Order: sequence, then structure tokens, then C-alpha cells
Amino acid sequence: MIELLSPTRCIACNLCVKACPDHVFEAVENDIPVIARKEDCQTCFLCELYCPVDALYVSPLRDRDEIVSEEELAARGLLGSFRQRMGWDRSRPKGTHKDTSYRMFEDDKVKP
Amino acid sequence: MTAQTGTKLEADVVVMGGGPAGCWAALAAAEQGARVIVVEKGYVGTSGATAAGNTTIIDAAPGSVAQSEAVKRRRARGAGLVEEDVVTRVLDETYRQLGRLADWGYGFPTSDTGLLFRGSMRGVDYLYFMRRKLLKAGVTILDHAPADTLLAHEGVAAGVSGRWRASGERWTVHAGAVVIASGGCAFLSGALGTNNLTGDGYLMAAELGARLSGMDFTGQYGIAPKGSSVTKGIVYFWATLFDVDGNRIEETGDRQEIVARHLLRGSVRAVLDKAPERLREGMRHGQPNIFLPFDRQGIDPFTQPFEVTLLYEGTVRGVGGILIGQDGATDLPGLYAAGDAAAREPMSGATSGGGGPNASWALATGVWAGGAAARFAGSLGPLAVRRPARAATGITGTTVAHADARAELADIIRAVQGEVLPLDRSFYRSGDRLAVSAQRLDTLWQAVRRFDVRLPGQEKSYEAAAMTATARWIVASAQARPESRGIHRREDAASTGEAPRRIHSGGVGRVWSRWSHAADHSTPESLAAE
Ligand SMILES: Cc1cc2nc3c(=O)[nH]c(=O)nc-3n(C[C@H](O)[C@H](O)[C@H](O)COP(=O)(O)OP(=O)(O)OC[C@H]3O[C@@H](n4cnc5c(N)ncnc54)[C@H](O)[C@@H]3O)c2cc1C
Ligand code: SF4
Ligand code: SF4
Repeated sequence: MIELLSPTRCIACNLCVKACPDHVFEAVENDIPVIARKEDCQTCFLCELYCPVDALYVSPLRDRDEIVSEEELAARGLLGSFRQRMGWDRSRPKGTHKDTSYRMFEDDKVKP
Repeated sequence: MTAQTGTKLEADVVVMGGGPAGCWAALAAAEQGARVIVVEKGYVGTSGATAAGNTTIIDAAPGSVAQSEAVKRRRARGAGLVEEDVVTRVLDETYRQLGRLADWGYGFPTSDTGLLFRGSMRGVDYLYFMRRKLLKAGVTILDHAPADTLLAHEGVAAGVSGRWRASGERWTVHAGAVVIASGGCAFLSGALGTNNLTGDGYLMAAELGARLSGMDFTGQYGIAPKGSSVTKGIVYFWATLFDVDGNRIEETGDRQEIVARHLLRGSVRAVLDKAPERLREGMRHGQPNIFLPFDRQGIDPFTQPFEVTLLYEGTVRGVGGILIGQDGATDLPGLYAAGDAAAREPMSGATSGGGGPNASWALATGVWAGGAAARFAGSLGPLAVRRPARAATGITGTTVAHADARAELADIIRAVQGEVLPLDRSFYRSGDRLAVSAQRLDTLWQAVRRFDVRLPGQEKSYEAAAMTATARWIVASAQARPESRGIHRREDAASTGEAPRRIHSGGVGRVWSRWSHAADHSTPESLAAE
């Protein structure tokens, strides 16, 4: 579930409010948004792609809270790690053509 | 039902749901000149089962060897229920539209052999692209606007209404035709990308008398690292599995079934040690979400065994849904269905269509339903939106006071899940257990219909009702099939080798299910004027 919306990084663009499919965030006038409905989070990690400044962290644990610290996540290179791997940049997909999934179909194990 | 207040809009075609099926439907309708509105519970681009994952799709040219082999594989796996001509049409349409995607500049990768690879897409990139395409085509998108009511006029679908998630206010779209593309139902199991997929479209269609089909073929689960959401089963093709005692599992066959059997005996661990280095890298760069549970917990999945579990996927990767004819028409004039919302037996038969067939099905049925809906709306003329359409569906609630509606609804949802999610309910079924479930679900239906989605604190009541109804059709359909076939596994009945027949179901107050006749090809036909 979503565990971090970093107040130091967030620029209050509200893209996460818009893009989260489960309406987890709530916009706040003249302020950064809040994680208002954590229990509705489906652990899809997609808000991390839309955040332009890597201010969000989704824990892979879908049914348990995880206590996280921003410094530690940053030190472990986990803030923005999914976005980078996917090649998203400033809320846009820029790595579509670099998808190497075709390797999964090379040995004929998987036949759709 | 009281008069609708709030936002009022008009369209030729309104599409419920903005996953791949809904996006392709909207685009096809817009390309025929229709004014189109997409209403989406979440956000078009991130919502639904495709958005959160990667989507393998079947890219095979019409008439090619690859295509005929793909059709043959479908037939071999479908336990007698696949219709080869439909599969061929789906693959032809998929091929055509993948070509258009490439022409429009979608960033398909080039494989090491220098060929464009179109057989897999990142869902979130694909739907980002489709969203932009829709906006350019003049389609109006309402995000965070879950539908909960179909409008009808004299038995003909005439629009949709729902609420804005942010304000709770109502919106209404009067339209010449409606496409249901609201996806499948996974009962909030936690499987990747399925939280918004609660069967809402099934309930709306069934309330108007539309038939469902294939709800018996719903014993579908995905393998995920324990505690995570990532049901990406493809990687387990390269896994070694260990049983509760730490012994290597040597059995071969269906991976889900092996995992299910061993989970019932305790636990299962996996390690992806069979993946060669080149593939490991390919998976990492191709599908980074596979690795989030591992990287974020400091596990190396290629060398360190990790615990796995099964999460229910129901009709998302399973089969059942609203019965449709050739062009997506349902039993109700003006009402169309596509993607997971539609019954997929012609494409995947009695088994899961995950890993390619489903994505192709969503695309093709979307294109067909959108086109047919636009033609239907066109045949009604411009005054269609002025029909005195009324709310034809929507559970109305009662004046019964709810001390704590949120908690009561959470209890109901948990109870419904209890009849569907456990392995001994949906993976392995038995007549005795189904009978118990049927009774409990009848009681739960009486409880859930006392809520009103329009009231504060009761926002989840339509989803709860839709899941309850879906569970009842699943159980009724499973009861009606006293044999094992495909992903309907009866402990008390083996495969019979009987002639394959479908099971239709429906009804809301009183649920029914029955065999369709072998020769019953009375699938719905579009009433669109040619
Ligand atoms: C983890 C995972 C991996 C998969 N991988 C593959 C694969 O590789 N290949 C393959 O072929 N298939 C795969 N599948 C199956 C595939 O994702 C689905 O078949 C496909 O997404 C169906 O498309 P759809 O548009 O019908 O539904 P969805 O993509 O689920 O979209 C439905 C949309 O409807 C919206 N909606 C729901 N209710 C309402 C409402 N009341 N009002 C408004 N909107 C509503 C939802 O928010 C959602 O956006 C996978 C499934 C899962 C879960
Ligand atoms: S992980 Fe998905 S559901 Fe959770 S907050 Fe992020 S976008 Fe929303
Ligand atoms: S997307 Fe990122 S920067 Fe924008 S509001 Fe959300 S957390 Fe802040």
C-alpha cells in the first residue's frame, strides 16, 4: 500500500490525485495532497510513475502497513526506482520502445 | 427512484469503463462520427487489470501459420467450447488494430533480430496512449465517475448515471446506445489491478434482464509472492517450486493447480532459477513491476526461494460475463458489452484466457461493440437523447436505519468473499459446499439491497451488491454443471466427456441458471438498422 507522500519533495501538482485509480489521495487547497483512503490502495504502483518528483512510495505489502522512513528509502534508491526502470519521465511514458518482454517468448515456453 | 439531479450530459454512445475494451469501443464509435462519453470509476490510463500489468496480446497475421496455430491452441485448451470462427475474427481484428497502433506511433520495441515486437505491451503505457488518442478523437472522458444505474426507455437502453467520487454528486448521461466495458469481477481479492473490478456492469445488465454465460468457469487464480499484489504468473514458467517440507515439487502440469494442491497442504515456495541470464535481464527491463516485491524486500528471486500464494481473479482472467452476439449486442436493444464484461467462451472456452487471448478479445470486442453501438444510435436519429429515459436499474435501498453503514457493508463484503475466494470454494468445488454458499448468498443479497449508493457512508454499496449478485450467478452456474471441465473443478464429479454446452444465468431477486441447448445459437443480434 501507499506509505509515503514526501512533504519535502512534493510540488503539489495533484497528478497523483487525478491518476490514482482508487481515489486514495485527496487534494488540499493551497497545500500538498494527503493520503486520505490508504485502505482503498490496490498496490498497483502507478502513482509512482505519474509523480514528477519521486515523492511517493508504495510498499509491496498489499494487506499490511509498513513503517518507512524517507531517508532510508532514498538511501536504498527506492524512491523513483520503478519510474526509472519503466522509463517514465515527468509523468509521461518514454521507455515504451525499450520493453524487452520479447525475450520471454524466445524459448517457446510461453505460447499465447 | 427520485429524480436525478446534478451534471446532465448527452451523447450518441456512452461507454462504461475505460480499460482496453472501453477505449477501443469509444474510439470505434467516435470514428463513425458518434459523440462519445466514457465514464470511468477510476482514471482512464491507470484503472483496470491491463493498466497495472503487462499485456501479452496475440499478434498473428490473417491466414498465417502463426494464426492457425494460435486458433488450434485455443481449441485444444477450451474443452469444447471455443468457436474457431470467432477466434479467427478476434485475431484478424487484433492484427489490424495493432497495425494502426504502430502507424499512429505507438512505441513497439524492436527485438534483437530487428523485428518490431507487438506481442506484449506495458498496460500503463498502452492506456496512456489510448487516452490521448481518445481525447484527440473528441471523446469526452469522465474520470472518477463510477456508474451505478442504467437508463432505459420502453425496454431500450438509453443512458447511464452514477456519482462523482470526489463530491458524491450525481451525473447522468442520456445516450442513443450504451457499451458496458466495466471489466470482470475479482471480489477485491488483491490481485493486481482488480480493485475497481466488482462486477458492476453485470448487475446493471442483469437487472434489465440480460443473460450471462460462463459464470461456472470462474475458478481462476493468479500466483503471487505472498503478501504482494503482483499476480504475474508468467515468471513461474521458469520456477522451481518447493513444498511445505522444503522438498522440490516434481509434478508437471498446470502451475496454478500444482500450487493450489500444495497450498492446501501447507505452503509453497518458489525460486526463478530456471531463467537464463538473458531472460532475467529481459524480465527486469521489460516488466519491472515483477521485481518490486523482491527488490523492495531485499530478495533475489533467482537464487532465494520465496513464499507464493494464489489470489482470486474470477472473471478477470476467467471466462464468465454478459452474453453477447457477434457485434457485442446483449439481450437488450441498445446495450452492448465488451472485454471482460462479456462472456468469453467463444474465445477461451472453459479455461483462462490470460496471457494473450484476453487482451485480443478486449480489443476486438471493444471495436465491434463501439461500432455497433454507434450504428444503433445513428439508426435512432438525433432525438434519441430526448427519450424520456428513466432509471431502469439501481438498487433503491430502504429507509432502514444503518447504525454504521460502512462497517455493515465491510462485513457483507467479507462474508461474500468467504463464499468465493477460498481455494475450497472456487478452485475446488463440491455440490455440498455450493449448496451452503447459495443459501448464505441469498441472505447476503437481502442484506445488501437495503443500502443506497447515493447516501453518505454507503458509497461502496453498489460494488457490494454487484459482488453479491456475481457470487450468486457463479454458485448457481457451478451447481448447474455436475461435471468437471476446464477451470470448473468439481471434487464430486469428474470430466464426463459429455458434449460441451454452456450454462446461462441471470436474474437478480431470484437467480436462475440453465444449460443452453447444444444447438442454441440464439445469441443476441444487434437491432441496428443497416
Ligand atoms: C495481473 C494480470 C495480468 C494479466 N495479463 C494478461 C496478459 O498478459 N494477456 C492477456 O490477454 N490478459 C491478461 N490479463 C487479463 C486482462 O488484463 C483483461 O482481460 C483485460 O484487462 C480486460 O480488459 P477490459 O477493458 O475488459 O477490463 P479492464 O481493463 O479491467 O477495465 C475495466 C474498467 O472498467 C472500470 N469500471 C468498473 N466498474 C465501473 C463502473 N461501475 N463505472 C465506470 N467504470 C467502471 C474499471 O475501473 C476499469 O478501468 C491479466 C490480468 C491480470 C489481473
Ligand atoms: S499504488 Fe495504485 S492504488 Fe495505491 S495509491 Fe498508488 S496509484 Fe493509488
Ligand atoms: S504527484 Fe507527486 S508532486 Fe504531484 S502532488 Fe502527488 S506527490 Fe506531490
